[in-house]
Amino acid sequence: MITTKRLVAIAAIASAAALTLAGCSGSTGADSGPIGAAPTKLEGTVSLWHFFSDREAAVIQSVVDDFEKANPGVKVEVHSGQDDTKLTTAIASGKPVDVGISYSTDIVGSFCSSGAFADLTPYIKRDGVDLAQYPQVVRSYTEYKGTRCTLPMLADAYGLYYNKDLLSQFGYTEPPKTLSELETMAEKMTTLNADGSIKTLGFNPLMGWAENAAAHYGPSAGAEWLNAKGEAVISQSPGWTELMQWQKAFVDKIGYDKLNKFTSGLGQEFSADNAFQTGQVAMNLDGEWRTAFIKDQKPDLNYDTAPFPTADSHTDLYGGGYLTGNIAGIGKGSKNKELAWALLKYLTTDTHAIVKLANGLGNVPTTKDALSSPDLKLPAQFGTFLKVMADDHSMTTPPSPVGAGYQQTFNDFWNKWQSGQVSNLQAGLKTVDKQIDDAIALTKGP
Amino acid sequence: MAVTTAPERAAQVAARSAHRRSTPATRRRTLVALAFCAPMLLGLAIFFVYPLIASVYYSFTSYNLVSPPVFIGLRNYIYLFTQDPLIGTAAFNTLWFVVFLVPIRILTAIGVAGLLARARVASGFWRTVFYLPALVPPVAATVAFVFLFNPGVGPVNQILAMFGIQGPLWFNDPAWSKPSLVILGVWVMGDIMIIFLAALLDVPTEQYEAASLDGANGLQKLRYVTFPNLTPVLLFALITGIIAALQYFTEASVASTVASGKASVGEGIGGSMGYPDNSLLTYTQWLYERGFNNFQLGYASALAVVLFLVASFFLVILLRRVNAFNPEGAK
Repeated sequence: MITTKRLVAIAAIASAAALTLAGCSGSTGADSGPIGAAPTKLEGTVSLWHFFSDREAAVIQSVVDDFEKANPGVKVEVHSGQDDTKLTTAIASGKPVDVGISYSTDIVGSFCSSGAFADLTPYIKRDGVDLAQYPQVVRSYTEYKGTRCTLPMLADAYGLYYNKDLLSQFGYTEPPKTLSELETMAEKMTTLNADGSIKTLGFNPLMGWAENAAAHYGPSAGAEWLNAKGEAVISQSPGWTELMQWQKAFVDKIGYDKLNKFTSGLGQEFSADNAFQTGQVAMNLDGEWRTAFIKDQKPDLNYDTAPFPTADSHTDLYGGGYLTGNIAGIGKGSKNKELAWALLKYLTTDTHAIVKLANGLGNVPTTKDALSSPDLKLPAQFGTFLKVMADDHSMTTPPSPVGAGYQQTFNDFWNKWQSGQVSNLQAGLKTVDKQIDDAIALTKGP
Repeated sequence: MAVTTAPERAAQVAARSAHRRSTPATRRRTLVALAFCAPMLLGLAIFFVYPLIASVYYSFTSYNLVSPPVFIGLRNYIYLFTQDPLIGTAAFNTLWFVVFLVPIRILTAIGVAGLLARARVASGFWRTVFYLPALVPPVAATVAFVFLFNPGVGPVNQILAMFGIQGPLWFNDPAWSKPSLVILGVWVMGDIMIIFLAALLDVPTEQYEAASLDGANGLQKLRYVTFPNLTPVLLFALITGIIAALQYFTEASVASTVASGKASVGEGIGGSMGYPDNSLLTYTQWLYERGFNNFQLGYASALAVVLFLVASFFLVILLRRVNAFNPEGAK
């Protein structure tokens, strides 16, 4: 039996521990900001944390070597293979992360609002960095509510991949430009086995498969996620309804179970068994990185790329697509922010460095100079993604304090919708909005 | 046996207590004992007490790991019990594994251990064969199972097709994904099977002989001789099994990732978590997702506190029920 005295003692210890914890985690550290003018000579050691490994890490290292060569007094300590969780915990535990690179724009909301990445505005203003060199969408996904704590370091653009041999086999010479055209062509190109099961598909509309995600479809109908206040507006954006109705009708036409069975037997997306590379799927929504995979794993594939088709009522949006990318910032615990800024600026604004990274990693360069550089050595099919990158209709997913949590909520709902578990689409979308708003509200104080 | 009256016993206890308090040797002995226990106590304080208190504290805050936590009272708990859209699914899936995976694994382990205890020929070989899968790392075992059970190209469905049976979609079907993981759980039951086998081999043969002399049949021997001897091991298997099932993460997460066709390195589990249709979304995966991918460490702490309370509840109930079964333990 625990006596009252013991209970009081336990409560006292718990309170003391809680106060200690509050004290431990409360320190943010003062940020002195940049000095009056950029230093003329750089000296010291700067750490670079990134998530790349193996071949890609070697590409990053080659650019780091160039930076060190240009600044003989500088030593860059590279920490490769550090994913977002490791980066977050390193910054949170006070490790001196000078420059951190993340693969996900989803962390921008959290990192900018929490101060995990330092505000870059004072450095940008002092050095006169022209932000207009980045496409508008790229600018939008690298800041959060007016705080610019990151700069873009290469981007990913999405488009339609199509198998030219299979298209010509069915009498097509051009890729589809609207979702209706995509559906018609896909239907014609779908072949069945003797038992009625699917042998090959023209296009796989099953949400959740490969790169089929709400975020990647959204730009086809100009569909919006959050408003300026950060509130969910999915139910108020008619583009989503149009996309979801089209997709479900397409799935139903093929048959959900039949489609699910076929999809279950397909190979891993990032392996040589990728269904587009094996010819099991003739047209596919995918990112620009697929060109590098095909070059490596299926070099004889006769394919081309095009912007992803638009919803029938949004043909004016043709040419755009979904954009996202790698982002880089200066960790709040950085001991040498001037040096960190110099490295960050080099990686994100120097045309030579960006082109070298783009060529080596097979990603889309982010500045206008790099996009038009004659030194870009990328396959012919890559041209589509350079155009999507520069297109005014391209869209991205907005930063939020819950990362990609709001997209996950919507994707869950879409999965239910396509399998026939939702009877009232509009009511369901309103519930999704509320669920997202409730989750975001938890990140706010009392 | 000497009989001691109550006053005498009280006097003895008082004398012993006085002796313990006053003797320097006792104090020294206590200090030595404490010194020997210190590493364990230190570990307990750092890795259990501190995280527990920290979790309780953070569960009342809005905390994203980087900014200072902001006290928000009971809002995390209110959200957990009234608004979280997936907590019900995650809790159901986890309880499903507690209810089905744990007993099925234990019953299979007891059955196999029973057979192996009777094996007279190549018993060492068979013990090794049944124990070996337990040595396979969980990630590797799960990846292998998902490929074996792949509905399109996996050998399991191809073999079933040879007998005219159309196999299910296994890990790709919400109705079959959890049973598929139970099959995996049964395959790797060697860890508890070996303990049951040791317990079975440890039952004194004299007890069986005595039971036979008393006219007990096979079922009665099982009930009154084997089962009481197995009770401590059974209790151990149940407690560790239930706690492991409540924390079920790796196998479900890997199965979802591989079955969805999105096995890759470095991008977390967010995209395929719970696949198919959240049927493999477990409580701890949801906790991880909210904490580290949605940057809601405060809410994840509330989830952790509730999980701790549920696990403690199971533990207390279990210990009480088992004591009721065991006449010596019932007080």
